[in-house]
Amino acid sequence: MMGLDATRVRAVVRKELRDFRRKRSIVATMCILPLFFLVEPVVTIFLVTPSTSGAALQKSLILPILYLLLIPTIMPSTLAAYSVVGEREQGTLEPLLTTPLRQQEFLLGKATSVMIPTLALSYTLFGVFLAAVRLFANSAVASAVFHDSPVILALLLLAPLMAGWGIVVGMAVSVRATEVRVAQQLGTLASLPPVAVIILLAVGVVSPTFSVALEFVVGLLVIDVLLLRFVSGMFDRERLVTGAKAA
Amino acid sequence: MSQYDSGAAMRHIEERFRLVIQRGAGLSPGGNEPRYTLALYLGVSRGCCGKCGPTTPAFGMDDPARVPRPRKSPQSCTATNSSGGRSVPPGSSSETYSSVTAAATLRLSRHGGGSGNSHNGRAWQVLIDGSVVGSLRNNEAVDLPLEAGHHGVQVTSMRFLRSPKDSFDLAEGQVIGLSCRRRPRHPFIVQRSIILLVVSLFKHDVWISLIPDDTVEIDLEAGGNALRTEAADASRSPDSTRAITSVKEITSTPTLDGKGGPAALAVQQLTKRFGQRTAFSEVSFEVAYGEVFGFLGPNGAGKTTTVRTLGTLIAPTSGSATVAGIPLSPENGVEIRQRIAIMPEAPGLYLRLTVTENLEYFAGLYGLHNPGPRIEEALEAVNLANRAGDLCGGLSKGLRQRVGLARTLLSDPAVMFLDEPTSGLDPVAAREVHDLIIGLRQRGVTIFLTTHRLDEAEKLCDRVAIMNSTLRTVGTPAGLREQLFEKSLVVSTVEPVKGPEQLFTSIKGVESWRADGPASYVLSVSEPRAAAPEVVRGLVNAGADVLTVGETQHSLEDVYLELIAEDVEAHKP
Repeated sequence: MMGLDATRVRAVVRKELRDFRRKRSIVATMCILPLFFLVEPVVTIFLVTPSTSGAALQKSLILPILYLLLIPTIMPSTLAAYSVVGEREQGTLEPLLTTPLRQQEFLLGKATSVMIPTLALSYTLFGVFLAAVRLFANSAVASAVFHDSPVILALLLLAPLMAGWGIVVGMAVSVRATEVRVAQQLGTLASLPPVAVIILLAVGVVSPTFSVALEFVVGLLVIDVLLLRFVSGMFDRERLVTGAKAA
Repeated sequence: MSQYDSGAAMRHIEERFRLVIQRGAGLSPGGNEPRYTLALYLGVSRGCCGKCGPTTPAFGMDDPARVPRPRKSPQSCTATNSSGGRSVPPGSSSETYSSVTAAATLRLSRHGGGSGNSHNGRAWQVLIDGSVVGSLRNNEAVDLPLEAGHHGVQVTSMRFLRSPKDSFDLAEGQVIGLSCRRRPRHPFIVQRSIILLVVSLFKHDVWISLIPDDTVEIDLEAGGNALRTEAADASRSPDSTRAITSVKEITSTPTLDGKGGPAALAVQQLTKRFGQRTAFSEVSFEVAYGEVFGFLGPNGAGKTTTVRTLGTLIAPTSGSATVAGIPLSPENGVEIRQRIAIMPEAPGLYLRLTVTENLEYFAGLYGLHNPGPRIEEALEAVNLANRAGDLCGGLSKGLRQRVGLARTLLSDPAVMFLDEPTSGLDPVAAREVHDLIIGLRQRGVTIFLTTHRLDEAEKLCDRVAIMNSTLRTVGTPAGLREQLFEKSLVVSTVEPVKGPEQLFTSIKGVESWRADGPASYVLSVSEPRAAAPEVVRGLVNAGADVLTVGETQHSLEDVYLELIAEDVEAHKP
C-alpha cells in the first residue's frame, strides 16, 4: 500500500459520499433498515428481569450485541458490492481507470466512503440503544451494560472491524461479479460469517471472556487487512474493461 | 516537443514555433501564489537585437513586422544578456542574447466562471500605476506594453471597491501573464471593514485576485539560433524560480514518421490476443508531438483495443511501445496515465453529479490542487460554461460528449486519445469538437483520433493509419491517395470522340486511357496540371467539343474502401 496519493483517495471518498447523498433510495435504505436491528436489543434489554443473576444477565446481553453488530456488518455489504461492478455497469469505470488512480487508491477510497456512513449510523444507533438502557432499563441491567460487561468496548471496537469485513468481502465480490444484483446478493451472504462467532458466544459454545474478545478483534483485524490486499490483487484492469482475463 | 525545467535551455530554431510557458499548480500551500516573472531570451548570431524596427532585419526573419516590438525607439535600444539583467549595445557579438518577445508586456486575462452572475458581463477597469488604461471583459485577454521598471496594477469591478494593488518589476523582454479572477469568499475578509464584509456577502467579486497566469503563449518566427528561457524573480518571492515547472516548445509543423525528433507515441510490433482471438497484430507506427493522428478501421479492427493498450488499461501480448516518452509497462502505468488523457467512446459520467462535480472528481484523480480555474477553462473550451451546474443526467448525449472532452483537457495532457469523439453529435456540435481539436493541435497537444468518419479524419489529421487487425497503411491523406490511385483526368465531350485511341495516345503526357461512358474518358497522366492543356488542345484540334476536363478526385474514403475491400477479398474462401 506504499505510495498512495491522499489527494486521489480523498477525491474518491468525496465523490462517493456526494453520490450517496444524491441517491435517496440508498439513504433511506441505509437509515431505515438498521432501525429494525435496534428493536430487538431494546426489547430484550427491557425484558430482562431485575432478579436475573450476574452470569445469566451477562449472557442475556450477548444477543442484543449480536443484533447491534449486524448493523455495521450487513449495512455496508450491499454498498461495497456495488462499488466496482456498479461503476462498470454505468460505464464510468473505464474513464476512471484511464486516470493515474491506482487500484489500491480506488479500493481504499471506496472502502472509506462506505465505512464513514456505516460507522456514523452504527455509532448513532449504539448511542440510541445505550441512552435507552440508561434512561429506561432497570438499574441492574444498566449497571451490567455500562460497568460490569465490555458491551460498550465491544461495540466500539467490533463495529469498524465487522464493517471492514463486510466492505472488503463486498468489494471482493464486486471485483469479480458481472452484474450488480448478483454482487449485492453474494455480498450480503458473504458478510455473515463473523456473525457466527457471536452466535457461538450467544449459545454458550464459546465463553465470552476478555481474551476471547481480544482474539476475535485481532483476528478480524488481520483478516480485514489481508482481505483488502487480496481484493487489490484480484483487481484486474483488463478483465474489468474488456471482460477477458489478462493473459 | 521538449520540456525544460526552469532555468536555461539552448535550442536551435529552424521553423516558426510556439512557445508555451506553463506554471504548475499547487506551488505554495495555503493558496499564497508566489509572484514571479518569466523572461524569454532569443539568441542572435548576427545583426541587431530585433527591436530596432523593420530596417534592421531581426534574425533573418521573413516578416519582421510579425515580431512584437516594444515602444522604445531604435536609438535607445538595448539588449539584455543571458543573465537577464546587464545591458549591452545592439549588434554586439554572437554571444549576445536579445529579448524578442512582446517586450515588456503585461498580459491580463479575465476568467469569470459560473453562469448567472451579472458581473460577468460588466467590464473591469484596469489601472496601471494609478491610471486607468483600459477595461477587461470576461474571458478576454489584453496585452499592455509597458516600459521596463516597477509597476503597480489594480483591477476593479466596482467604482468604490478596489482590488489590492499588485506590484511587479518588469525587465526588458519580459512577458508577465496575470489572470484576474473573482476572489472567493475567504475568512480573512473578516479582518476588513464591516461594510465591505456585508457587501462581500452579496457581491463576492468586490476584490479581484491577480494570480500569475498558468500559461503564456508566444508566437515566434524562425531564424534565431538559440533559445534560452529562465525564470526571473520578481523580487518578492525568493522561491519564484521553482514556480515554473515546465516550458514546452511546440513546433508548428509536427515531425512526421518520427524522424528528426522524439515521438509522442512509438509502437513496435505490438500485438494483443484474447485467447485464440487476435485483436491486433504486429502494429508499428510513430506519432510525433503535436500531430493529429487518425486511426481508422472497420468495427472490430482493434482500434479501441489499441487505445486501451497504449493507455495502460490492458497489457499487450507482445511488442513494445513508448507513450509520451515513457516505455509501456505495468510499472509505468501511473506515470503514463498522468501524461495522457483518454476519452472513451461513451463519456462515462456520473449522472447524479453536476458537470462541475464530475470534473472536480477527475481533477482530484489527476492530483490537481485548486482545480476551479482549470475546470472553468475546460468548460469554456467546450462551450459548456453555462451548464456547469447542471446534473449530467439531464444533459443530451452531445453535451455529455462535450463534458467528456472537457474532462480530457483537465490534466493538460501531452497525448490525448479520442475514441470517436463526434459519435452521436449533431453537425454543429461535431464542428465545435473539430474546432476544439484544431485548437488543441495548435497548442501542441498530440491527438490520437479513432474515428469512422473519414471526412473528419481527412479534415483534422496530419496522418492516418488504416487498421484491420493489422496495420494496413500509414501516411498523410494526400500521400495515401497518391499511393493507391493513379493520377487521371476525366474528359467529357458533347459527342463521342472519333478515333479516341489514336487521339489520346498521341497527346503528350497521357499514359493510357479508357472510356467511362459514351462521351466520357478517363486518361491516366503523370502530371494532371501539365497534361490538361495538352488534352484540351488535342481534343479541339481533333474537332471535339469539350464539355469538362477535370482531375479525378479521390477521397480518403476511396483509400479506405480500397484497402478494406482488399482485405475482404483476401479473406474470401
